[in-house]
Amino acid sequence: MSYYIDSYDVAVIGAGHAGVEAALASARLGAKTALFTISLDCIANMPCNPSIGGTAKGHLVREIDALGGEMGKAADECYIQSRMLNRGKGPAVHSLRVQADRVKYHNHMKHICEMQQNLDIKQAEVTEIHADDGHITSICTRLGGEYKVKAAIVATGTYLKGVIHVGDVSYESGPDAALPANFLSQSLRSLGIEIRRFKTGTPSRVHMRSINFDALEKQDGDDDIQPFSFETDRYKMKNQVSCYVAYTNEETHRVIRENINRSPIYSGRIHAVGPRYCPSIEDKIMRFSDKPRHQLFIEPMGLGTDEYYLQGMSSSLPEDVQIAFLHTIKGLENVEIMRNAYAIEYDCCNPLDLKHTLEFKQVQGLYGAGQFNGTSGYEEAAAQGLIAGINAARKVQGLEEITLPRSSSYIGTLIDDLVIKGCSDPYRMMTSRSEYRLLLRQDNADERLTPIGYEIGLISEKRYNAFLEKQEQINAEIKRMKKTTVVLSGELNAMLEEKGTAPLASAVRFADLIRRPQISYDDLAPFDPERKPLSYEVKEQVGLKIEYEGYIARQLMEVEHVSKLEKKKLPSPLDYKAITGLSLEAVEKLNRIQPASIGQASRISGVSPADVSVLIIWLSQQK
Amino acid sequence: MNTIAAISTPRGAGGISVIRISGEDAFAIADKIFSPISTKLAPSQMNGYTCAYGKIIADKEYYDDCILTVFKAPKSYTGENVAEISCHGGIAVTESILQLIYSKGASPAGAGEFTKRAFLNGKMNLIQAEAVMDIISAEGKASLRCAAALREGALFSRINAVSVKLIHLLGEIGAWVDYPEENIPEVDSHAMTETLSLAADELEKILADYDCGRIIREGIDTAIVGKPNVGKSTLMNLLSGCERSIVTDIAGTTRDIVEESVRLGDIVLRLSDTAGIRDTEDIVEGFGVKKAQNKIDSADFILAVFDNSEPLTAEDIEIADRCAERNAAAVINKTDKETLLDTAYIESRFRNTIYISAGNGDGLTQLQNVLSDIFKTNSIDFNKGILANERQRGCVRFALKALNESIAALEQGYTLDAVNILIDDAENSLLELTGERTSEAVVNEVFSHFCVGK
Repeated sequence: MSYYIDSYDVAVIGAGHAGVEAALASARLGAKTALFTISLDCIANMPCNPSIGGTAKGHLVREIDALGGEMGKAADECYIQSRMLNRGKGPAVHSLRVQADRVKYHNHMKHICEMQQNLDIKQAEVTEIHADDGHITSICTRLGGEYKVKAAIVATGTYLKGVIHVGDVSYESGPDAALPANFLSQSLRSLGIEIRRFKTGTPSRVHMRSINFDALEKQDGDDDIQPFSFETDRYKMKNQVSCYVAYTNEETHRVIRENINRSPIYSGRIHAVGPRYCPSIEDKIMRFSDKPRHQLFIEPMGLGTDEYYLQGMSSSLPEDVQIAFLHTIKGLENVEIMRNAYAIEYDCCNPLDLKHTLEFKQVQGLYGAGQFNGTSGYEEAAAQGLIAGINAARKVQGLEEITLPRSSSYIGTLIDDLVIKGCSDPYRMMTSRSEYRLLLRQDNADERLTPIGYEIGLISEKRYNAFLEKQEQINAEIKRMKKTTVVLSGELNAMLEEKGTAPLASAVRFADLIRRPQISYDDLAPFDPERKPLSYEVKEQVGLKIEYEGYIARQLMEVEHVSKLEKKKLPSPLDYKAITGLSLEAVEKLNRIQPASIGQASRISGVSPADVSVLIIWLSQQK
Repeated sequence: MNTIAAISTPRGAGGISVIRISGEDAFAIADKIFSPISTKLAPSQMNGYTCAYGKIIADKEYYDDCILTVFKAPKSYTGENVAEISCHGGIAVTESILQLIYSKGASPAGAGEFTKRAFLNGKMNLIQAEAVMDIISAEGKASLRCAAALREGALFSRINAVSVKLIHLLGEIGAWVDYPEENIPEVDSHAMTETLSLAADELEKILADYDCGRIIREGIDTAIVGKPNVGKSTLMNLLSGCERSIVTDIAGTTRDIVEESVRLGDIVLRLSDTAGIRDTEDIVEGFGVKKAQNKIDSADFILAVFDNSEPLTAEDIEIADRCAERNAAAVINKTDKETLLDTAYIESRFRNTIYISAGNGDGLTQLQNVLSDIFKTNSIDFNKGILANERQRGCVRFALKALNESIAALEQGYTLDAVNILIDDAENSLLELTGERTSEAVVNEVFSHFCVGK
């Protein structure tokens, strides 16, 4: 028996990292929005790592912030240790990673959602989505409540038909002992959406008092902390905890090898596809048997708890085996497990069913985001949530939806990879996935995305003006560096030689010196009497843009080359069988994916350069 | 659209060859290489449907006399700006002008590309267009077959060996960068330079073999040089004399260089007898000397002739200097006379020295061995291992260029993220030959060789 309760512009199903960003963006853009969650106590929960950022993921968080999302600000609010990874490996791969206080983060995000205008939060399990003539109409909860909606975003994470495995025991469950969502998959299937099964895993949590910290390597945060948000004041930030490093050994490996047949994966009880990038400890030991030891990180779960997380030790072996192998590790001989490690299987969609807007091709107004789309990671989820939320709201308001090109961002790269190439295991962002790494730096996310955030209405006038002023300062200073000649002096040459680069025989511009990798913008301060005081962020941009100018120009040329193909739009739906000259494989792939442009078509595996030529010619015939 | 160029007439030694340049920069490129004689206007200033007589000269090097015809968009075959160069038909001349045009910014035209552009610019009707599509699609199938053959062939394994090394390197960098907390060893910049240099060397060899393959198909462009009366003509006659079938006889009437093709064993030599090289005040002779010097710089192979019966002269030394680091052999003539030449000096300047006398054919076998050695004709299997066409060659050349840039960037001390994109470019270019994509290959490499993840 169902009954009508209310009407919304946008309903968000699931309140994890994708759902929260989606709901906030939608509400902030003026759409009447409802956020549904199985438990209010699970909003923005971190059921795995208590950390945000990392390589390429840190880039995503900076981009989310630059577009007007919430994750960066919340991480700045709730972090307990912060590190910039890859310092010294080049600006393109600098990646920010923080340890976050898990409970504080949940509370903070929940409160942000509660305070948000236009946003209602509801504890309810959504069991059905209804559509009429290919348009979404309403959703229903398990209690029978019906909500009329103009758009809905599915962000169900690992809750959808979740099954937890520990050794030979398995049971239906969401993450962190939450209830699973057992009904929605069937409803999605009936709408023509393909449902697949993925799996992931998490390590155990242990009690602080049972760890012998003296036997572990300590790892502290950075002294000079860089915040995630472009709005956070960098000078107010301080680290509060340390992390620790431990290692497995031959004995650990022996315990695992001897019990490998008790793993549900090795015994064949789990068939779902797990992430390559996030192998369980038994996977690491079986696949890389020549490695004498593996590293694990011991990380605090928050300030108000004694729980520690064992990064690197995800496992689905039985509880007794988990205890046994942890006790072989130096520093963990007496470790006391509070929550055991487990593997979790869940339902997710095939992202080839999605458009670049994250709307399903089969149902107008229905969007997917986060782990449900086949990704893994809080940051990947939040990035998609933000885009789905923006687009759902814009669609309801009759505005053009946004899509981000690969060359604009890791967010754009992530979505393009998902909807054009698809994924066969949970997708994790990596810097090697972007061909435009040198353009998509974490330091210039604002330059790339804040104008878009402002235009759609997620960036305030005040923040936008501050951004414009920063850009103006950067450009003026670069111009000055290219125009101004450095005065030759013995001190200057001494400095150059000390830095391991050739002294000057004749005067050059400042920019010529900054271009030398050994010389930074700051190094030249003593020789630049006209230099005005500038913020850290402005100076950083001036230095990078001059030093890497040639490489940036090279990448921009490539972007321009590719964008010509992106501008050649293909109609959809289109029956590619009707186009003569295409290879069979290309026809099959093109019919499945229905690319929106020649550029997208050219990235589909199986579509050859000859196929692309045929498409170009076919397209111009249609005019 | 970028600007493209190709030889539009059938390849071979016809009377005249036509090179077509089409695209936005067609006139700008023509301006850079064409020096008009019959008009004062540069190609970009000429009217459509007009032509001019002039010389192809670039970077002070003279190539050929030619007629240049200008077609202004949209009134051309492709509908774009088109410049057509009608030059003398020799393969070497035409090919070197085409290479010059590429070096000034044009890219090699793909099969059917002029026609494709013509269609895209509305110069053809639907029926014609369908025909073009058939051609292109057939081309695709042919290139697929070719790619399949390539996979089994030696070329594929050679390119693949380089590609695999680069992918491995990129995987190492990728794992090191994307998993900073995983104890992945830092990629050592010396080891990296070494890997990159080895890869670059191999690509250079592949390119050299392509050139070598071309040389063998089309003949080795050989210059006979030496000071006057040293015996160049004697050598030429000697070579011709032992030759029963003269393959072609290219009349070099407009030049002071006499060309003749002769077969020596498996190898065809296209001989050019040049004016004697010496310092001269005579303007006419000076022009001939200048041409001879240019010929030394452009030839595939140089036979530098020295006179055994005379002491070393400044001209001899100049010739030795010009031959340094080139494919060259010293030929010491008149060995029947008393030795006054400093032969030790000559031997020290040339990797190969051959002794002949006019009446004696002994030196010929030696010369043949030297040629086989230099052009490795004994080791070349024509069915595999050689790049098939200009497009493939373009891919390898681009890859080589990017690799050399990456080595330079490492030396200059740039961070690995910058170096990395150059290696990406190189790898992309190689994978274009096999139809794969770099980013996926690298991600796969990271996961298959490194134990990474939380």
